[in-house]
Amino acid sequence: MSEPASEARTVVVEREVAFPPEKIWRALTQPHLIEEWLMKNDFKPVVDHRFNLRADWGAVDCRVLAIEPNKTLSYTWAAYGLESVVTWTLTPTSTGTHLRMEQSGFRPDQQQAYQGAKYGWQQFFTNLEKVLARID
Amino acid sequence: MPRTHDILFRTLADPTRRAIFERLCRDGEQTVGALTARAGVSQPAVSKHLGVLRQAGLVRDRHEGRQTHYSAQLGALAPLIDWTSQMAGFWQNRFDRLEDLLKRMDQ
Repeated sequence: MSEPASEARTVVVEREVAFPPEKIWRALTQPHLIEEWLMKNDFKPVVDHRFNLRADWGAVDCRVLAIEPNKTLSYTWAAYGLESVVTWTLTPTSTGTHLRMEQSGFRPDQQQAYQGAKYGWQQFFTNLEKVLARID
Repeated sequence: MPRTHDILFRTLADPTRRAIFERLCRDGEQTVGALTARAGVSQPAVSKHLGVLRQAGLVRDRHEGRQTHYSAQLGALAPLIDWTSQMAGFWQNRFDRLEDLLKRMDQ
């Protein structure tokens, strides 16, 4: 409860992938391919394009921030009233690609996340119910 | 799933109880009477729900004269909102799916 609202949290997932950046780039930027590994979407590789990622538990609101084909892609990722930024970095290696995903956001400050957010509660509990249905 | 999660999920799974908890989160401290007026169930039922919420650490009670005031303890939700670990698990899973897709894709 006493943590400052501005405390940043970052998630990094990195992997050596045995495919060239060009191929991974297609999977990261073509809607029908994105749907296969991430979620249903209306992504377009255009800076400032707003899109949604949709799953049965709710939707993520996104906006494209930066694109450098075959190298980097970043977009905002807002869900449960919390904003974060997802950045993909593709670095070619001798065997394929070093793929890095970094998601930077803020720790949900209790006041802000639970009392201030207009839509946070609804989605939070919808999600909670799904999880509950799975564990029963 | 850890036991704490289990208790929190089960406590908040009941719609009436969850509505009471949400109300305390939104509107701040309330008496049983005030909560009952909006809950659509009897006062004993509301008191029972508050007892379960208190057991789970989700509400705290404060006695003042003959009235008992209840308030939400948002810190109790912390185990459910460990954003970093939730997202890390999410992305690991998506990386797996991405790799599967890459294997199936044409060059």
